[in-house]
Parts: sequence; structure tokens; C-alpha cells
Amino acid sequence: MDTLQTLALGFIGIVIVNNLVFTKFLGTCPYLGVSGRLDMAFGMGCAVTFVITLAGAMTWIIDHGFLMGTQLEVTRYVCYILVIAGAVQLVEMYLRKFFPTLYDSFGIFLPLITTNCAILGLCLFIYLWQVQTLLEAAVLSFGAGIGFTLAICIMAGIRENLELADVPAPLRGAPITLITAGLLTLAFMGFAGMIR
Amino acid sequence: MAEETKNVSLGKTLADGIWSQNPVLRLLLGMCPTLAVTAAVKPAITMGLSVIFVLVCSNIVVSMMRHLLKPHLRILMFTLTIATFVTIADLYLKAYLPEMSAALGPYIPLIIVNCIIICRAEACAAKNGILVSVVDAIGMGLGFTAALCVLASVREILATGKWFDSVVMPGWFVPWAAMSMPVGAFITLGLILALVNQLAGKKT
Repeated sequence: MDTLQTLALGFIGIVIVNNLVFTKFLGTCPYLGVSGRLDMAFGMGCAVTFVITLAGAMTWIIDHGFLMGTQLEVTRYVCYILVIAGAVQLVEMYLRKFFPTLYDSFGIFLPLITTNCAILGLCLFIYLWQVQTLLEAAVLSFGAGIGFTLAICIMAGIRENLELADVPAPLRGAPITLITAGLLTLAFMGFAGMIR
Repeated sequence: MAEETKNVSLGKTLADGIWSQNPVLRLLLGMCPTLAVTAAVKPAITMGLSVIFVLVCSNIVVSMMRHLLKPHLRILMFTLTIATFVTIADLYLKAYLPEMSAALGPYIPLIIVNCIIICRAEACAAKNGILVSVVDAIGMGLGFTAALCVLASVREILATGKWFDSVVMPGWFVPWAAMSMPVGAFITLGLILALVNQLAGKKT
């Protein structure tokens, strides 16, 4: 019962209260780059959720099972990035085989999931927060992925409507997107302090 | 090599990185550290210097091995090179600037996935000789640091009324706490980008 409560709190915490995009600025690049259309944003969110869950669990296993036992903690970052790159390759192959249209519309952004700060960031946070069990690490990673999907979908929805708005010329494009993102973080700050 | 003898283009490469191709303000790369470490000027400068170090080193290595790169393994090779140098920078900061390392937290290892470095490795170092790559890295790094400093100065002055820990605002100034939060980061950067767009638009 106690573990269940910790897991549920951790999950809700990372989806809403400590959302990686809104409070830690992780994954801002795809958040601003791919959020032009809702369907692409959702596809991107799903791909990131898959990779982040896999990477979070794998890096926890590698950290606790291998690096900490053999005093090779110096190579932590290199190991993390290898795991993430491998997971992204897997997603890329899967999408190319089964969803070719989605694969084409992602273009360059798909291999760039490797360099999505949210994924490496989450792996680092799992290490920093000293997560004790594999289950907790996996749940937190999955929650982070859901949180990212939530953020990018909200943003895409707003930007689809923003296309119809009359924005002053210098603010068009990235600046108005950033300001919108700022106002969104303000809304999400309302959840701060709910958990931890 | 022919490309390394053109002194004119070297100067232009350097200047491009600082203004017309500024990674943060014009290319919108490396948003994550830009937004995260700019609550005050000191961490912003530390971040900028670390990025310059990693960028120069990784550009040199990528430039040296540019004939060995295989297309499908390219990004992996880049990230591994970068990860090695980031580990060096991280260990150095932990040893000599422990408070700064603690303040920056996970954002130093996150230099690995900073788009600026991968983008420069891909767009410049993988195609050019060592000298051009180094100059490009320095220009881009300085541009990044400058953008970070501007953003950090605005945020620190408005959020605390201080700059480099010395008071600069008059006594009646009420600190604007929101500027040190994520909201301040996003909105300030948005407004700075708008200003830069305006200035760049007038010139052309």
C-alpha cells in the first residue's frame, strides 16, 4: 500500500507539479519546434514517452547493476547517451516499417530525439533524486513522458489557433511561441506545492 | 588546405557566430540551458565558458575524424565525443568550483544534448578543416555566452535589483520575483527575440 502511494504521488508529481518542460526547461527544443500541428505533436509525444520509459529503466539498471559496482561512474554520461541513442534507433526502425507516413512527416526531428534534453535530463534526475527501486524509476520515466506529451499537445492546440490571430510582425514565429509558453508555465505554477 | 588560407572568411565565420548566425537569438538552438541557467549572471557565464570548451574540443575531434564518419553512425559518434568532453568539464567544475557545480546541477551534463554543439559538428566540423572548425566554435561559443549574459542580466536585475551581487537599482525598486521563475525566462527571451527580429529586419 505504501509503495503504491509513493508511486502514484510520484507519477502525478512528475506529470503536473514537476513537469519537465514547465519547471525544468527540459525538451524545450522539440516543444517549440514540433508543436505546429496537433497530430505531429501527439506522435512526437508518444515517441518520446516510449524512448524515455525505456531509457529511464535501462539507465537505472545499468547504474545500479553495473556502474556503481565496478567504480566506473565516470563513464556514466557516455553510457546514458549510448542507451538513449540505441532506444531511438529502435523507435526509428519501428516507425519506418509500420507508420511510414508519420515517419516521413517527422523528418529530421526523429533522430534528434537522441538529443532531446528531456530524456537525458530525466535519467540524470533519476540518479540525482536517488530513486531506490526499478519500478519507481520506470513509473517516473513514464510519467515524465506523459507530462511531455501533455505539454506539447497543449502548446500545439494553442499554436493552431494562434495562426488565425493578428500578431505584431517582430513577434511572429518564435517570440510569440515563447511568450505563450511563459504564460502556460504561469498556469502550471498553480500546481506547485501540491506534492513535495 | 585551400579553405584554411582564406583569412577573410575566418573573420567572417567568427562574426557570424556572434551576430548574424547567433545560435540562441537567430538559430534558436540550445534553448534548454539558455532558459534554465539564466536566473543570475554568474552561472550563465560559467555555462557559457563550459560550452565554449566543449564546443572547441569536440569540433577539433570531429574535424579530425571527418573522413572516417559513416552516415548512419554520425550522430552517435558526435554524441560520444561530446559526452567525453562534457565529463571532463563536469569533473573539473566539481573539483574547482563546487558551489557553481551544485548550482548548475544537471545542466552541465545536459551540455551533451545541447543542439548547438551537435549542429556545429554536423554543419561545420564534419565538412571543414581544423582551423575553420575552431574559429567557428569560438564564434558560436561567444555568441552563445553573450546571449546568455544579456538574458541573465535582464532577469537578475529585475528579479533581485542586483547585478553580479552588487546593488544597481534605486531604493524604490521592488524586486520582481516572477523574473527568476520559469515564466520570466520564457517571456524575457521572447521579448529579446522580438527586439532582435526588429533590429535585424530594419537592416535588410
